[in-house]
Amino acid sequence: MWTNIIIAVAVLLGLAAVFGALLGFAAERFKVEGNPLVDQIDALLPQTQCGQCGFPGCRPYAEAINNGEAINKCPPGGEATINALADLLDVEPQPLDAEHGAAQAKRVAVIREDECIGCTKCIQACPVDAILGAAKHMHTVIESECTGCDLCVEPCPVDCIDMIVIEPDIRSWTWAPPVELDKAPNEVPNATDARVIATDSQTETREASLL
Amino acid sequence: MTEYLLILVSTILVNNFVLVQFLGLCPFMGVSGKLETAMGMSLATTFVLTLSSVCSYLAYTYLLEPLNLAFLKTITFILVIAVVVQFTEMVVRKTSPLLYRVLGIFLPLITTNCAVLGVALLNLNRNNNFVESLLYGFGAALGFSLVLIFFAAMRERIAVSDVPVAFRGAAIGMVTAGLMALAFLGFTGLVSV
Repeated sequence: MWTNIIIAVAVLLGLAAVFGALLGFAAERFKVEGNPLVDQIDALLPQTQCGQCGFPGCRPYAEAINNGEAINKCPPGGEATINALADLLDVEPQPLDAEHGAAQAKRVAVIREDECIGCTKCIQACPVDAILGAAKHMHTVIESECTGCDLCVEPCPVDCIDMIVIEPDIRSWTWAPPVELDKAPNEVPNATDARVIATDSQTETREASLL
Repeated sequence: MTEYLLILVSTILVNNFVLVQFLGLCPFMGVSGKLETAMGMSLATTFVLTLSSVCSYLAYTYLLEPLNLAFLKTITFILVIAVVVQFTEMVVRKTSPLLYRVLGIFLPLITTNCAVLGVALLNLNRNNNFVESLLYGFGAALGFSLVLIFFAAMRERIAVSDVPVAFRGAAIGMVTAGLMALAFLGFTGLVSV
């Protein structure tokens, strides 16, 4: 009687120990370095580091998205980024969250150089180190590095920074994406509706009467 | 050779685990919202079902039976299944982080998928040998995958069609599943294994 029980307990313990060792080995063997999904999300974000989403940069926002944050908080990326993120994460695309600002044309900061007093405040504010200059010397913006994030405008004590919209020239002009051609923003409430080509659902009025 | 084929036909169509034996309904209703997710879940479940069917057969035949511990079979099978699921979770996390995220809670929940334990216990009832256990588990997994993927495809079409308000969501899903089960009853008598 007692030997039976002891054998039973020993067998179960032995099995559990073997399985535990196996799992421990597998955990080492299949260890995941970092989080590959965060890298993929980060690669889709525009890297303006503007912080309009409420996170201190694109990488922190990518981590937040991975943890379930909404994907529609990136005004610089606009609709294109939201759609790409929705594709990657296999969720429904949503319209841009107006709380975090509207999508704008690509802009660049320009310092009116004769008014600059050389306070270096904009240099400290720039998330991508696109402003050159030293204390009490004139500053200037490296146009190719500027992401147009607006963060340097606020700290300037003499308001000598302008955000200039980059007009498309003959090299940068492209066709507008078809989604944006045929509708004003906010006209289609649900972005998925716009993508359904054919459906057997009835007209709005019938839907409304049923509800 | 024929009997192996019959086992496959039997588990996939005639005694389908989901629609005829009503095992594993939780992932059947839960993960069938999207075709891609359903495919990922099918792959994971196929892997777990086949492996756990074989492992539990081995554990029973070479450990429990010689030691007269047959009364420990349920707890042992659960242990085996839990380990296989954990292992699968690690592999999926390494190979496909997106699938890992999409499957979410349903991946560890394969442990409690009663089809998995059902296959292990039915193997004993049917006195399956090693190859038969392997095929029985694999066939059950194929049947599960087949039905899950069909059902997911149907639900994707239902999602864009005009369903009366009272039937939207889970209700029409249940009705569809019931109709599918009725359709699968048509295979009864095809083979008697």
